[in-house]
Amino acid sequence: MSSIITAAPMSDGNIAIAPLPDSERKPLTKKEIAADHPTWCPGCGDFSVLALYFKLIEKRKLWHEKITTIAGIGCSSRFPYFVQSHGVHYIHGRALPFASGVSLSRPDLHVFVFGGDGDAFSIGGNHFNHTARKNIKLTYVVMDNFVYGLTKKQTSPTSPIGFKSKTDIWGSMDQPINPMKQAIAAGATFVARTTHSNPNHVLQMMEAAMDHDGFGFIECLSECVEFYEGAFDASNPRKGGVFNTVPADHDVTDEIAAYKLADAPFPGYFGLFYKVNRPTKNANEARINAGAMEKVKGLKDWQLLQKTFSRLK
Amino acid sequence: MSEATTVSASTGGAKKISKISDAVIRIAGNSQDGIQAIGGFLARLAGRSKQEVMTFMTIPSTISGGPSIFQVRMGSGEVLSAGDEADMLIAFYQHSYENHMISLKKGGIVLYDSDHVEPRLEWEKEYHHLGVPISGLTVEAIGGTAKDKGKNLYTLGLVAKMFDLDVPKLTNLIAERFAGKDTSVVNNALAAFHAGYSYSLGQVLETYQFVESQKQTGHQVVLNGNEALGYGLIAAGVRFGAGYPITPWSDIMELLRRELPKYGGTFVQCEDEIASISMALGASYAGRVAVTGSSGPGISLKTEALGWGVMAEMPLVVVDVQRGGPSTGLPTNVEQSDLNIAVFGGHGDCPRVVLAPANVEEAFYTAIEAVNIARQYSVPVIILTDQAIATRIEAFPEPDFEKICQDISPDLTPVADHKPYDLAAPNGIARHVAPGTRILSGKYPVATGLEHDEMGHPTGSPKLHMQMVAKRRKKLQALAATLRTPDIYGPPEGNVLLVGWGSTQGPIKEAVDCARAAGDSLSSVHIRYINPLPPDLEKVFAGFNHIFVVEMNDEGLYGYGQLAALLRARFYDPRIRGINKADGLTFKVREIVERARETVATSISKM
Repeated sequence: MSSIITAAPMSDGNIAIAPLPDSERKPLTKKEIAADHPTWCPGCGDFSVLALYFKLIEKRKLWHEKITTIAGIGCSSRFPYFVQSHGVHYIHGRALPFASGVSLSRPDLHVFVFGGDGDAFSIGGNHFNHTARKNIKLTYVVMDNFVYGLTKKQTSPTSPIGFKSKTDIWGSMDQPINPMKQAIAAGATFVARTTHSNPNHVLQMMEAAMDHDGFGFIECLSECVEFYEGAFDASNPRKGGVFNTVPADHDVTDEIAAYKLADAPFPGYFGLFYKVNRPTKNANEARINAGAMEKVKGLKDWQLLQKTFSRLK
Repeated sequence: MSEATTVSASTGGAKKISKISDAVIRIAGNSQDGIQAIGGFLARLAGRSKQEVMTFMTIPSTISGGPSIFQVRMGSGEVLSAGDEADMLIAFYQHSYENHMISLKKGGIVLYDSDHVEPRLEWEKEYHHLGVPISGLTVEAIGGTAKDKGKNLYTLGLVAKMFDLDVPKLTNLIAERFAGKDTSVVNNALAAFHAGYSYSLGQVLETYQFVESQKQTGHQVVLNGNEALGYGLIAAGVRFGAGYPITPWSDIMELLRRELPKYGGTFVQCEDEIASISMALGASYAGRVAVTGSSGPGISLKTEALGWGVMAEMPLVVVDVQRGGPSTGLPTNVEQSDLNIAVFGGHGDCPRVVLAPANVEEAFYTAIEAVNIARQYSVPVIILTDQAIATRIEAFPEPDFEKICQDISPDLTPVADHKPYDLAAPNGIARHVAPGTRILSGKYPVATGLEHDEMGHPTGSPKLHMQMVAKRRKKLQALAATLRTPDIYGPPEGNVLLVGWGSTQGPIKEAVDCARAAGDSLSSVHIRYINPLPPDLEKVFAGFNHIFVVEMNDEGLYGYGQLAALLRARFYDPRIRGINKADGLTFKVREIVERARETVATSISKM
C-alpha cells in the first residue's frame, strides 16, 4: 500500500485585524451588495428582480457570507456575478440539486436560487418537481420571460401557443407549462406569482418566500425586451393591462382552490397561491440523524467505525 | 487443492486425512438458495483463522431467481485469485451440476443434492461423486414448512466435516449472523448445520485439514469491495453523498445511507444521476468533500457536471463501479471498459484524477486517498473500481481507525481577502473558502463553469483562458510528481512485463508466479494511479522485450485496450501491446499465461 496523502489544513491564512462582531456590523448598503454591472439588455425585467434582491438583503439585514446565490444557465442565471455573496454559476438546469446539496449540508446559510423558464421547466424540469416534493429549504425565483433569450429567440417551455420564434417560425404549438400548476402538483409548499413591473409586490413575495420554512417558489414574469417585447403588457396597468391580486378570501392551504386560481387565462392572478407547512427534508434528515447519533452517543467517529468493523471479523 | 504435506493416516487407518494449504470450493444453485451465505461464512471463518480468502460470485440480472454461483478460495498461504478451477463443486440442481462440472478440476469432488441431481455416468469416472439427499435431510432436521430454507446451512455442515473446519468458530458466526432474530431462527440454523456436520461421510475416502497459517497479522476483517469503499469514505471524513440506484454501485449508496446518519452525515437518493453529482458538488462547495457514484450508464450522465467540477476546481469523489458496457450492457458482469470515460469523459480540456484500487483492502484506503487528493488539489477524483472487487470478499488486517479517521469539517474563519482562482497560487491549486466565511474586503467569489478571472468572474480573454487551462493541468502535473513509481513484481529485467490495473492484480501476480515456475521470464507491474500516471514507468518498461497490458476490455480498433492506448500515447512505445478479454468474467490465471506465451510467439521482432 503506497502512502496516503494526509489531510492538509485548508485555511487561507490568518488575518491581522479581528472582524467586528455581527451585533456591531452596519446593515449592508446597496453599494456593498452590488458586484459586476449586469450584462442584460437595457430594459430587461431582470434588472428589477436584481434591484429587489438587493433591497431584500438591505431590509432584512442579511450579511454577505450568510447567503449563497446560485444559478444555472440563461440570461437571468448570470445573477450570482452581480451580487456580493458567495455565489455559484452552475450548469444548465441543475441549479436546484446543487443548491439542495448546499442547503442540506449547511443549515446556517440561506440559499437563494435564480433562474429562467428554460432552466426551471425544460432542461431542469425533473429537478424542479423533485426539489419541490422533497421540500428542500431554499428560495427559488424563476424569472419567466416565455422565450429563450440568451440563445436569441427560440421557443421556451412557457411560450404561449402561436408564439413565433426561430424554432417555431409558424408559431409555437406545444402546450406551455403552467408553472403554478406544475409546482402545486409536484408538492411545493410555497407557490407564488409576481411580475417585474410591480416592484413592491416582488419584494413582498421574496420576503414571504424567504420566511417560509421549505421550498419557496416564485414565478416572476420578467420581460425580454429584445425577443418578446410586450409579452406581459396585459398584466401591467401602465401599459393598459390589469394586475389582479389573489382574492382576499383565497385559502392558501386549499390545493384545489390554488389549482383553480392557476387556471385563469393570462394575465391571471398575482400573489400567494399555495402555502402549507410540511416538514422539510432538512428537518427530516436532522431528525433521523439525531436518533441515530443518540444511539452511539459518547463514541468518537473512529470508535464507532471500529465498533462496526468488529462485526466484520 | 495444493497439498502441503504428504498424506498422514488417521488413527483408525480407514480414512485418509490430507493436509492442504489451499482449497477452491464452488457452490452452484439458484440465487434464492442462500449460497452466498455459505460462501460468506467460509470467508469470515478464513478471516478469523488468519487464512487468506477470496471469493467470486455471479448473480443473475433477473429480478428474482435464476442460476447463481459463489466460489470461495481459502488458503494458508497468499491467495491472489478466486482460483481457475474448483477442487470441489457443490451442486444443488441438475443445471448446477451440468453447467459447472467444467469448472471442476479432473479428479475433483462433486458434492450434489441427490434429491435433485441425476449424475452422469461418464463423469462419475473422472470425478469423485458424493451424493447426499440434502433437501430431504434438511427437512428432516428442521422441519418441512420452509421450502428449501436451511439447506445452505446443512451443506455448510457437510463442508465443515469434510475440511475439518473449526466448528465452534462457525457456530459462533452463525449465531452472530442471526443475532437479533427470533431464537427459533438461530436454533433452526444451528440444527441444520449440525445435521450436515453429523452426516456420515462413510463413502468418502478422504477428508482434509488446512495447514496452520503462518500469517503474523493481528485481527483480520472480512468484507467485500463495495463495503470497503463505503467505510473508507466514512473514515476519510466524508459526511455527504448523493446517488441514484444502479447495479453494482447501489450497495455503496445503501451502506452510506444507513451509516452516515450515525456520524451526523446525510446520503440523498436523488431523482437521477445528474441531480446526484450536482447535489454532491453542492455539498462539496459547501465546505466538505462529498461523494457521488454510479456504474457505466450513470457515469455517462454525470460527465457534464464532472466538467463543471474540473472547471470550477471543486473537490469531489466520484465512484465508478464498472460493469459490462456500452449502454445497459452486462449489468452484473465485470469489465474494465470505463477507463476512457474516467480519464477523458466530457467536453473540453478537462483534467481530473483517476485512481483504480486493485483489491478489497485497496478499495478502503483508496477512498481515503481520493478524498485527500480531491481536497489538496481542488479537483474531482474518480475511483475506478469494478463489479469483481465490488462483490468479492477478502480478508485484510483491521485498519488502525484512530490513526486514519479524519475530520474534514469546513474552516469558516474570516479571511481578509480571497481569490478562488489565484494564478499565483503554488502549482495553480485553487483554494476555495466555504460559503459562510466572512471576507473582510467585501469581495465575494463565484464558483463557475464559465472561463473566469481570478475572482471567478467571466472572461473571454484568450490570455486568461490559456492561463486557466494551464493552471488546471499543472495541478495534476504537480500531483504526478509526488507519486511513487510502482514496484515490479518479479525481476526488473526479463522478456515479458505484464502491466495491469484494477481488479486483475491477483490473477496477474499468480500468472507471473505460475509462468516463472515453468521457466518463463515474466514480471508484472500494477498501475493504481491511472491519471495522472506515476513517474518513471519508461524506466520500468526499459527492462523488458515485451510489454503486455492485461485488461478486461476489447482490443480496440488497433489491437490494444484502453490503458494500453493511454500508455502508447504517453510513451510512444510500440512494444506495448494488449492482452484483452471482454467476456464479462474475471481473468483466469491460465488465460493470462497462455495469452502471454502466444503473443510472444506471434510477435515479430521489434526495433
